[in-house]
Amino acid sequence: MKLLVCVSKTPDTTAKISFNADHTEFNEAGITFIMNPYDEWYALVRAMELKEATGGTVTLINVGPASNDAVIRKGLAIGADDAVRIDCNPTSSLYVAKQIAEYAKEQNYDMVFCGKETIDYNGSEVGGMVADMLAMPFISYASEMEMNGNTATIKRDIEGGKETIEVDTPFVLSAAKGLAEQRIPNMRGIMQARRKPINVVSPVDFEDVSSVVSYELPPAKAACKMVDPENMEELVRLLHEEAKII
Amino acid sequence: MGKFENGVSTLDDFKVSSKTDQFQGHDYYAVDDLLTDEHKIARDAVRAWVKQSVSPIIEDCANRSLCPTHLFKELGEIGAYGPSIPAKYGGGGMDDIAYGIIMQELERGDSGIRSMASVQGSLVMYPIYRFASEEQKMKWLPKLGSGELIGCFGLTEPDHGSNPAGMVTNIKDDGDCYILNGAKMWITNSPVADIAVVWAKDEEGKIRGMVVESDSKGFSAPEIHGKWSLRASVTGELVFEDVRVPKENVFPEIKGLKGPLSCLTKARYGISWGAIGAAMDCYDSALRYSQERVQFGKPIGAFQLTQKKLAEMITEITKAQLLCWRLGSLMNNGKATPAQVSMAKRNNVNMALEIAREARQIHGGMGITNEYPIMRHMMNLETVLTYEGTHDIHLLITGMDVTGFNAFK
Repeated sequence: MKLLVCVSKTPDTTAKISFNADHTEFNEAGITFIMNPYDEWYALVRAMELKEATGGTVTLINVGPASNDAVIRKGLAIGADDAVRIDCNPTSSLYVAKQIAEYAKEQNYDMVFCGKETIDYNGSEVGGMVADMLAMPFISYASEMEMNGNTATIKRDIEGGKETIEVDTPFVLSAAKGLAEQRIPNMRGIMQARRKPINVVSPVDFEDVSSVVSYELPPAKAACKMVDPENMEELVRLLHEEAKII
Repeated sequence: MGKFENGVSTLDDFKVSSKTDQFQGHDYYAVDDLLTDEHKIARDAVRAWVKQSVSPIIEDCANRSLCPTHLFKELGEIGAYGPSIPAKYGGGGMDDIAYGIIMQELERGDSGIRSMASVQGSLVMYPIYRFASEEQKMKWLPKLGSGELIGCFGLTEPDHGSNPAGMVTNIKDDGDCYILNGAKMWITNSPVADIAVVWAKDEEGKIRGMVVESDSKGFSAPEIHGKWSLRASVTGELVFEDVRVPKENVFPEIKGLKGPLSCLTKARYGISWGAIGAAMDCYDSALRYSQERVQFGKPIGAFQLTQKKLAEMITEITKAQLLCWRLGSLMNNGKATPAQVSMAKRNNVNMALEIAREARQIHGGMGITNEYPIMRHMMNLETVLTYEGTHDIHLLITGMDVTGFNAFK
C-alpha cells in the first residue's frame, strides 16, 4: 500500500505563547517545536503498522520552510521511507491543503493520513479539504481502524459514542487518540533517517482567500486559593460569592 | 535479586507512581543551536523513554532497592548501549556528543539506570570493540547491543580501588586456557551479568583483559547489599576460583593499564554528561516548587535567598553544558585527553551534588521525601562522586597535567 502522512510542526505543549506587537503573528522566538502529536503518535504510527502488516511505503508530507526538516527527520527516524516538503510559508489551512492535494493527485496514494487537528491553531480543516480536492471520502476523528483487503473498517469518535464506517481505498483519514500508540524512535532509526531523502518541491501558485486579522490570548488563570480544611464557611462563601457556582 | 520470575522484573513488580514527570530541559545559553537534528531527536527520544518507563517506577525501585531488570532489554531497544559503536557490531553508529546526550537523559531519570547503560556500553562493549578479535566482536557485541546479554566490568578489587595497578587477580597459562583466580569489588550489574570483562595480571605481571562467561565453573557474583545509593542498580562482587578462561577470550594485543583506563575515559566522559541530567532534574523540580510554594504571602521564588540558589544552579548547569559540548567536540575529533575528561567528570559531578543539596533546601521538608527526586539524586551522586575515579584522584590528574609532577604516591 502507498501511504501518505501529512505532518505539521507545532510549538511544544509547554511553550509560552506570545504574539507580535499588533497581535497579527505568533512570536516564534525561543519556542521549541515538535511534530504535531496527533500526526506523530496516531497517524504516522498507524500508517507504519499498516506498512509492516501488508508492505508498501510510507511517505511524509510537510508544507513549510527548511527549518521544518528537523520535525520531518523525526518522522523518518520513526520509520517513514521518505518525505516531501513543499517549500513555502503557508498562510492558511486552505493553502496547506491545496499544496498537499496538488502533490498527491499525481501519486495514487491508497490512503492519506493526518492528525485530527494541530495543537497550535486547532483548525481540523486540512484533511477534509485535501479529501475534497482529491475527490476522496474523508473519515475524521478515527480512533480504530482495521483493514481487510482494500476495505477499511473505521471507528470514529462522535459525541458520547462511536460510529463504525466501512470505506474502500483510496480515502483520507484524520487520526484521533486510540488509533495507535506512540513510538519512540531508536538510535539506529535516527541514524538511518539521515540517509532518507527529503524531496523539496516548489509550491503551486495559490492566492489565499482569507487573512488573519488578530490573535488574542485566553484570559490568565486566576491564582489558586487555598482554604483551611477547618474553615468550611470560607470555602462555601468563596464558591458562592466569587466562583458563583453554588 | 532473584525476587522476579526468571530473575527478570516486569512492570507489575513495581508500584507505579500517580505523579506525572513534568521535567523540562533547561538550555540557558541556547546550546541546542550547537547540536545536530540527530542529537536533538535522540535527546527527545531518550527523554520520552525515561518519562514512560523509568519515572513511573523509579521511586519504588529506589525505595525497595530493586533493580528493574526488564529495563535492560528496553535500553537495548532504544539503542542506549554503545551508541557510538558501529551499527554492524550492535551499536548506533552515532558520535560522542550523541552518546553524552543519551547519558544525560538517562541520568536525569536516575544515576542507577544510567550506570546500567554506561557499564554495558562503555565498559563492556567498548573494550570488546577496541581490543577483541573480529570473531569475538561478532560473537558478543550484537547481543550486548540489543540487551539480550548483560555485561559487567571487573577492574576494582577489595584492596585496590584508586590504585588498580596493584591488583592481585591473576591468570596462569594452562594449555588452551588460562586459569583465573582473584576477586573484584563494586561491580555494577555483576549479579545479573552473562559475561564479565575482567582485568587480571598474567605470569609476567602484565595486566590483560578477557571476557569471562558467568556460567563458567568457579565463577560467582554475590550481590552487595545495604547500599544507600544507586539503589535501583544492582552491584556485586566477582569471585574467581580456578575459572578456566579459553585463550581466544583474552584480548590479544592490549597489555597494561592502558586497556582498562581507555574504557574508563569513555565512561567518565559519559558521566560528565550524565551529571548534568541529574542536576537539571533537581533544578527543574526546585524551580517549579519555588514558583508554587507560598510563604509569607508570596511564592518562595520571589525571595532573594531562593533566587540566589536558583540563579547559581542554572549558572553552574550552563557552564557544565558548555564544558561537555566542547569536550564532546574534541572527542568527536579524537583530540580529547584523559586529563580533560577528568576535569569534566570531577567538575560536573560535584556541581550536580551541590545543586542537589541546594535544591533539597528549596523543597524544605518535602525535599527529604520520595515525592520529589532530590534525595534520590543526592544519594546516587555520592557514588558517582567516588566511582570511575574519585573526586580527589581526578584533581590530582589535573594537578599532574598542569605541573608535570605526580602527586599520587
